[in-house]
Amino acid sequence: MMLPALIVIPLLAALVACLGGRTRANWPRRVTVGALLLDALILAELTRPVPAIGLAPGWLAHFDAPWIPQLGISLRLDMDGLSLLLLWLTLALTLASVAISWREVTAHVGFFHVCLLATTAGIIGVFLATDLFLFFFFWEIMLVPMYFLVAIWGHERRVHAAIKFFLFTQGSGLLMLLAIFALAFVHRQSTGEFTFDYFKLLHTPMSSGTGMLLMLGFFIAFAVKLPVVPFHSWLPDTHTQAPTAGSVLLAGILLKTGAYGLIRFTIPLFPDAAHRFTPIALALGVLGILYGAVLAIGQTDMKRLVAYSSVSHLGFVLLGIFAWNTLALQGAVIQMIAHGISTGALFILVGSVQDRLHTRDLRHLGGLWHGAPRFSAVFLFFAIASLGLPGLGNFVGEFLTLLGTWRVSPPAAVLGAVGLVMAAVYALLLVARALLGPANPQAVMGELSGRHRVTMAAMIVAIVALGVYPQPVIDMASPSLLHLGPLSARAAPLLHLASRQDQP
Amino acid sequence: MQQLLALVPALPLLAAVLLMLAATRIGTNGVRILGVGSVALSALLACRIAVAQIGAGWAVQPFDVTLWHWMRIGDFAPDVTLHLDGLSLVMMLVITVIGFLIHLYASAYLDGDPGYARFFACMNLFVAAMLTLVLANDLLLLYVGWEGVGLCSYLLIGFWYDDPANGRAARKAFIVTRVGDTALISGLFLLATSFGTLSIPSLMQHATTSWPIGTAMPTLAAFLLLGGALGKSAQLPLQTWLVDAMAGPTPVSALIHAATMVTAGVYLIARTHVLFALAPDALLVTGLIGAATLLLSGASALVQTDIKRVLAYSTISQIGYMFLALGVGAWDAAIFHLVTHAFFKALLFLAAGAVILRMHHEQDITRMGGLRTAMPGVFVVFAIGSASLAALPLVTAGFYSKEAILGGAWDSGPSGRLLWCAGVVGAFLTALYIFRLLFIVFLGEQHRHPHGVTGWRIGVPLGVLAILAVVGGGLQTPALLGGIAIMPGILGGVFGSASHEGALALLPLVLASLVPLAGIALAWRWYGGGLASRFETQFTGLLLRGWDFDRAYDRMIVQPLMWLVRVNHHDIVDSFYEGLGKLAQRTHAGLSLSENGRVRWYAGWLAAGSVAALAIAVLS
Repeated sequence: MMLPALIVIPLLAALVACLGGRTRANWPRRVTVGALLLDALILAELTRPVPAIGLAPGWLAHFDAPWIPQLGISLRLDMDGLSLLLLWLTLALTLASVAISWREVTAHVGFFHVCLLATTAGIIGVFLATDLFLFFFFWEIMLVPMYFLVAIWGHERRVHAAIKFFLFTQGSGLLMLLAIFALAFVHRQSTGEFTFDYFKLLHTPMSSGTGMLLMLGFFIAFAVKLPVVPFHSWLPDTHTQAPTAGSVLLAGILLKTGAYGLIRFTIPLFPDAAHRFTPIALALGVLGILYGAVLAIGQTDMKRLVAYSSVSHLGFVLLGIFAWNTLALQGAVIQMIAHGISTGALFILVGSVQDRLHTRDLRHLGGLWHGAPRFSAVFLFFAIASLGLPGLGNFVGEFLTLLGTWRVSPPAAVLGAVGLVMAAVYALLLVARALLGPANPQAVMGELSGRHRVTMAAMIVAIVALGVYPQPVIDMASPSLLHLGPLSARAAPLLHLASRQDQP
Repeated sequence: MQQLLALVPALPLLAAVLLMLAATRIGTNGVRILGVGSVALSALLACRIAVAQIGAGWAVQPFDVTLWHWMRIGDFAPDVTLHLDGLSLVMMLVITVIGFLIHLYASAYLDGDPGYARFFACMNLFVAAMLTLVLANDLLLLYVGWEGVGLCSYLLIGFWYDDPANGRAARKAFIVTRVGDTALISGLFLLATSFGTLSIPSLMQHATTSWPIGTAMPTLAAFLLLGGALGKSAQLPLQTWLVDAMAGPTPVSALIHAATMVTAGVYLIARTHVLFALAPDALLVTGLIGAATLLLSGASALVQTDIKRVLAYSTISQIGYMFLALGVGAWDAAIFHLVTHAFFKALLFLAAGAVILRMHHEQDITRMGGLRTAMPGVFVVFAIGSASLAALPLVTAGFYSKEAILGGAWDSGPSGRLLWCAGVVGAFLTALYIFRLLFIVFLGEQHRHPHGVTGWRIGVPLGVLAILAVVGGGLQTPALLGGIAIMPGILGGVFGSASHEGALALLPLVLASLVPLAGIALAWRWYGGGLASRFETQFTGLLLRGWDFDRAYDRMIVQPLMWLVRVNHHDIVDSFYEGLGKLAQRTHAGLSLSENGRVRWYAGWLAAGSVAALAIAVLS
């Protein structure tokens, strides 16, 4: 019963927040924090070393209830280490979003927190659902409140950005819906059972052409979310226009649902098609890394710069997922978490510049260090984390990803490493243009407020911990990555590079 | 005692964190005590460990300390393990002892700077990172230190961030070295994929057992590591950042860009020398790059007018000597020169800093001159440093280390003889450029009067380093001159007993000793009266600009990239999607036009449509 509670609690809290929000402004904020803490308590109970009895190896919790039994649709939720990690990330970043919006969001406070909680509930559902129909349901649920977050509390071109975001995700989601139905029909043809159960649909026999087509349906939906170049162009607009909390949720968690979908669904459901698709996917990953970086270098809008750096960072995740060996997958998971924290923090910092100076334009900024040395040092820290400095979390992710990729394709790994040079260029340019230079009378901002400071301190600790001792994360993720089954054992001979070491 | 090893890097790290957190609360004195004191403690601890570990015949008892398991993924299990052997002991002593002297000096040099605490936080962080680099038992941990020192270098070059030029120099240093780091990390991927580990001892063991000499794999791996070393140590073709890095405060130049960080590449190759020994091609290239670098930058140093730029080119040139030594397999000679270079180059930078400080931050040597009378102490130590750099025979440390390198080159076949010639020519250039600097700054007419006096916190480090720059040669002398072998004894456990030891022939020794004298003589003739005769040709301009590498890279790499960035500023992919949106809007607008409420138009469209349909039906 604990898994549905994780989803229901934020939804109920949304209702409560909505009802009480008219009179007291702090009511929705407190309700939201309370709901998130309650969820965290449940999650802490689920984070235990020994899984419950009667579950398949690697799985930590399970829930099943009928929904539409005639069509083989059920309310099936399962949690493994990967879901658990991403749930922790979700709760932490949502909490951070509430904290940093405490003073900043003053319009429609009640509805703001309703949207925040509804998005969170949708995301939690996405990370838990193991019924494909239910998964799609949550996939759409998290979309709508996000649309409102951008369209109502966003910046100058918010409506355009919100519509673009909606069209991209909705359009690609449609492809996935078609692929889900087709998969269910293919499954019925071969077994006679009409079901949307993930575990039953695994290993569905199908022709290679069908497999490729269905795989692409899933891939494109997740690729838009991740985002993979050339499906990325909603992201800079949406990130730039979204309110700070929206950007944090988008970059920190929403993008990870794409990566999660690839790991959980695309490759396990269609291993053969995914295997044939590997060279293209690796190329897209490298393209994303380099293309995102080149664009980030050229931006003068701070938020856009960070947004394009996200495109670059998530190229590593795609690379790691399709390299499909333990090292690369672990790297991709760590990169997901580290990126969530470091980019989330950058968006918070950039957001506070915007709140105080009312500009994100790097041409009008500079010299912030004079007035706000602590703020600048924190900013510098996350810029450095984002360029992949060893000892911080992002490096572990990028290193493991590229090390795993090297086994499959050394050129892809080398080109990915070139992306690290470009990351240094854009991160240091951002620092130089925003923080350094002579004192600028138009850009004097004070230090961070209390809630911001606590949030930043927690994120710094998390990034350092992930960098110097990532073992807990690795241990948590490894059972779920192990039972995924080998793909590159077959991929390796094809690419003429037998990998010598362990395979999952 | 062995468990205390971890404290050597941990103390400066802790101090750095404290300085960052509590900068404003502890006052200038607190910063001074914390910043200088942590490195002093580190140095004492390092000396104590050295005393405990050095046994008979100067042999070092090696040991490992595993702090924690970094990560375990299948078989890949890099640990955070510190490894102490002769090589890391030497490096640790150099870093902490010279680091302490420079910290002490800096506490006076930066008096009154608003960024005092920030400066010491970065410096302490640097010392911690550099110690991590040299003590790491695992290439991945080494890489942490490697990038860490790069970060500190970036932060300290751009320390005076008001001036955007300093920021540019800092970025350039970080990015150019990161180009080399890309090669290094690719080398790590290759090694980890081949052997499933990055622990240096087991890598070296695997490499010798499974890779035959001269085959593709060790050669590729060695070249990739070499790429990283070239970037960090500012060798051709990645040398361009070091001269600009002089934008940082002078103590930074002394510690990071002369004594320690820039020699990390030399350390890396020495540390993985087993792998390089399997790759003769990579070794040859290392030697050739070293020779080319020492000649080209030695020539550039001849014409510079900025006192720090002379020293920067000189550093590049001297590291070229170390690469030359590595190229001929004279590992211990390279490390010996690394040590003596740390002594005399730190001394030269600090002495130059003392001059700069008293000349109101003037760095142009054409505006100096005749400082001998006003700053006699600084003149003496500068002269000692110059003599050591120029390898003045018998009495300076630089002489013994340079002889060790040239002797190693002489003994290693025909290609070695070629490198020997380059080294001898370089020695001539070295003597010429450094005595030119000395004569111009301290002799001749006095143009401007220096102010103030040189305090003890500046004077003591200069004195200690001056002594080291003279007696440092006693660590290792050729058989002809006593055959002292402290350095070979300490390093013996790492490199094995050197084969060329004592084989130094008399003729090359004498020849190579006379060359610096000739250089000094020429310098006296040209510049003895101060800034007398300067030769100005077009060639000088080329030398002044460091052979135009910057211009070439700008044209070949920076401008094309920036062109790409500019052209694609609005994301060409996005314009496709936006175009779709525009198309939909236009279509909407077009079709809306047709819906204008006029029945005649509707009837007309109906008729036209019917005619068209009929026409298609009939004609097809």
